[in-house]
Amino acid sequence: MQFRTEYSGSSFMELLQVECPQLLPNLQGDLTQLSKSLPHGTTVLAFKFVDGVFVAGDRLATAGMQVASRDIQKVFRTDSHSMMAISGAAGPCIEMARILSVELEHYEKIEGEPLNIEGKANKLSQMIRQNLPAAMQGLAVIPLFAGFDRRRKSGRLWKFDVTGGRYEETEFDSTGSGGLFARESLKQNWHSGQSRSESIVSCVRALTAAADEDRATGGVDLRRGIFPIVMCASESGIDEVSESEIESAYHEILNTRSGAGSAGSSEGGTKP
Amino acid sequence: MSMPYYVSPEQVQADKAEFARKGIARGKSIVALEFVGGALLMAENTTDLTKIGEIYDRVAFAGVGKFSEFDQMRKLGVRFADTTGYAYSREDVRARGLANAYSQAIGESFTREMKPLEIEVLLVEVGDDRYEGHNRNSIYRVKFDGFLSDHKGFCVIGGNVDDVQQVLEGGYQAGMPAGEAAGLARRALEAGSDGGSNLGVDDLEVCLLDRERSGRKFVRLSADQVQGILDGRAEVEPDPS
Repeated sequence: MQFRTEYSGSSFMELLQVECPQLLPNLQGDLTQLSKSLPHGTTVLAFKFVDGVFVAGDRLATAGMQVASRDIQKVFRTDSHSMMAISGAAGPCIEMARILSVELEHYEKIEGEPLNIEGKANKLSQMIRQNLPAAMQGLAVIPLFAGFDRRRKSGRLWKFDVTGGRYEETEFDSTGSGGLFARESLKQNWHSGQSRSESIVSCVRALTAAADEDRATGGVDLRRGIFPIVMCASESGIDEVSESEIESAYHEILNTRSGAGSAGSSEGGTKP
Repeated sequence: MSMPYYVSPEQVQADKAEFARKGIARGKSIVALEFVGGALLMAENTTDLTKIGEIYDRVAFAGVGKFSEFDQMRKLGVRFADTTGYAYSREDVRARGLANAYSQAIGESFTREMKPLEIEVLLVEVGDDRYEGHNRNSIYRVKFDGFLSDHKGFCVIGGNVDDVQQVLEGGYQAGMPAGEAAGLARRALEAGSDGGSNLGVDDLEVCLLDRERSGRKFVRLSADQVQGILDGRAEVEPDPS
């Protein structure tokens, strides 16, 4: 790349389009057959809690009927207060999360202040729209975007469709093949004043429910030590929930289900 | 039609250099120095137009002279660093490569353009102990004609370099705590300031490259935080990430 650039704006994507188009994803040609053999990520979810917003995703990626990866990452931190969770074709999804995080950092450095959270969600929707030709051939990118709005002092979350349609959710949402089951679980248990620890249990319960019904969703794999990725954004930034916390939340759910040890549970024995 | 006068190349270079030096000398100075927890950059600046900026995870920029010109250079650095980091990996963005690119761009402009850039820039990189061969800090200075130099410990750019330099040479020690380093930088800037005036925290623009921070190590300090550091209180805000 030349040091002196023709481009003089503040968007990293536009910079690449003008100066280094070869670095941008360019999925052309007939991908319909190919897309079946490429890894796809499945269930991710997001919901608000008392201090902000939670995002979680299981770890399984599938290619057609086979397991492509058991410990893929589907939840990404895009900057100090925002996160993106991906479902759809894993390659383009992960690349989009990467470009978005550089985009947000780039804007902040060039302009001297970060984008508003709505600006970030809008930028992501433009990127999804540009991926539409590939989405038509089975390489869709359908993310969730969530973060802490420092102006409103609250968590916010958005879902998207393949055309770049951007829909803000006020409570919770989930996408991917197991999304329906995860959403159903959240619908039964979610309430607006959830604490951090309640929320971790909600995440694990919803993903476990999704893994139970949907073969392409991973859930908790104790034998291999693979746990969902759970993150939350609040005023103080992004907090990645540790595996041990997720494991104990999972055991709490198992105990509640088997009817043993439910005294310590705040979940009241509601089944996922 | 009048005949163009012959002017020797030496004369052209000397005139351009003189012009650039005058432009830079009108401005205030910026100090960069290493301390135990990273590197500190301090400028006398009462305006909102910042002279110090973040380039990448471990690299900071400071410019003196004409604002529009050095800010343009800062943006070019950010574009170059972000593209390199995206194309390769974040660890591949190093100050030395950037300093070379700056040196070439500014030098080329000095030779080719009628009006040279009236700027000087500093690139400061803080070390990272996680990677072998990456653990040292480095400070690079690029002058208006593209002359590139590297500095150990501290460096000054701007108007009254000599007076500022003298204070730093007298007071600098390797491995100073943040409070002492900030105090020394302020004394140095005061020595270079008009009439040796006292500089309050509101007259200073202070940024740190915090070695302990993961990822982006650049921190811009508020007036309160600068006061806190000068008083030897809490070093820096905790890592938000």
